Amino acid sequence: MMLAQVTGADKLNAVKPPFWLLAELTYRCPLHCVFCYNPTQHAALREELSTDEWIKVMREARAMGATQLGFSGGEPLVRDDLEVLVQEAHRLGYYTNLLTSGVGLTEPRIKALKEAGLDHIQLSFQDSTRELNDFLSSTKTFELKRRVAALIKAYDYPMVMNVVLHRHNLPHVGTIIDLALEIGAEYLELANTQYYGWAMLNREHLMPTREQLQTAEAVVNEYRLKIGSQCQFFYVVPDYFEERPKACMNGWGSVFLTIAPDGMALPCHNARDLPGLVFPSVREESIADIWQRSAGFNAFRGEDWMQEPCRSCDERHKDFGGCRCQAFMLTGDAAATDPVCSKSPLHEQVVSIVRAAETRANPGAPWKPIVFRTDANSRELIEAAGRQTRAMS
Amino acid sequence: MEVLTPTQDPRVLSVEARPKLNRMFRLQWEEVQQGYVLLYPEGMVQLNASAAEIIRRCDGLTSVNELVADLESAFAQSGLRSQIVQLLAQAYARRWLV
Repeated sequence: MMLAQVTGADKLNAVKPPFWLLAELTYRCPLHCVFCYNPTQHAALREELSTDEWIKVMREARAMGATQLGFSGGEPLVRDDLEVLVQEAHRLGYYTNLLTSGVGLTEPRIKALKEAGLDHIQLSFQDSTRELNDFLSSTKTFELKRRVAALIKAYDYPMVMNVVLHRHNLPHVGTIIDLALEIGAEYLELANTQYYGWAMLNREHLMPTREQLQTAEAVVNEYRLKIGSQCQFFYVVPDYFEERPKACMNGWGSVFLTIAPDGMALPCHNARDLPGLVFPSVREESIADIWQRSAGFNAFRGEDWMQEPCRSCDERHKDFGGCRCQAFMLTGDAAATDPVCSKSPLHEQVVSIVRAAETRANPGAPWKPIVFRTDANSRELIEAAGRQTRAMS
Repeated sequence: MEVLTPTQDPRVLSVEARPKLNRMFRLQWEEVQQGYVLLYPEGMVQLNASAAEIIRRCDGLTSVNELVADLESAFAQSGLRSQIVQLLAQAYARRWLV
């Protein structure tokens, strides 16, 4: 008994503090992007944390050592208390990042956010063309985003331009980089689609071909050489096309702490739906208890949970077995090796998805229409899931 | 990214250069980590003690020569120049300094 206690205490002490606090302030969003990673059942999650509850979260996470704070969503500007939250975050010593579509970023607000101490703004574009930008987000926002970019520069914020890449805009990667240079972004995040939430639902529509990816990567590398340090690129790899999985979240419960709009604390923004795990709410528990002691945050910490081939793999310290959510979605077992890994016995599943994108044929599955991220679609998906549960019971 | 070696970077070679922290970075003491960190959009660099001592003196007013003299006196040690110049070169290459 004593030994078990000592081991338990050691494990607790070994848990490093969260460095990254992602505050998903709301799932409300004026855009309806087909590749959004938010949960498709967002319409059921309406009980957003109050200003005071968010302040409590920020204080507790900062006391543990969190330094980076991302205000995200949904569209965080939908919250009219954003300025208050930024001001408190700045006072606490966070480096504050606003991740926005630009909708709602008026001059009075961008000025107020500057005065509140906001450090950086990440602005999303869906494409370098108005037509595709507006189609993929189901809004008319391209021109607005360009005006917002000019405001971000005028108020002297460091700017990251973010574009999610997929089969429709990969051929435009050159003009996307041109746009980043034109608006004066210091960083450009070229994020190949990660298939979660709405993106998973629309995977057939979004999955590129290997040739598209190779061509795009060559263009990115050409620009890298040409433009020097003017703009730095972050390239998020298309993991379905890789032989090894991504080091998802840098390890479960290792660096990242996401707080969802309803106060659920998550090791990553997609963990909500993993079966058999209960994630605590910041309304009921402190951040320290959640991070260090909760079953959910300890479920995939370290290596004890790993199965073969991860358990005996030399690379397990590097990629931590990949993504738990992806393992669950593709294999039905959240503790399985991420099937992106060529060592996974189920890797063929990923290969066949990639192959289907090459031929644009998906045998056995009818062609599904593209689904935009709207409240109405979300409610329909919730009802459909309810019908399925009832039918099974 | 282009990596500059100490001998290739004219700003470091010049003893009159006055290195300054890039406005994209914020230097901050972190109590929990008991160390200085550089914070930038969506990222953090943890500095070791000697890097922190050098970087926190890069105020855009102090020249490399003055920096060397200051550090040698602060730590009662001589012969620190090459170590300092090397760190500065790395910091320029990583765009921490301008």
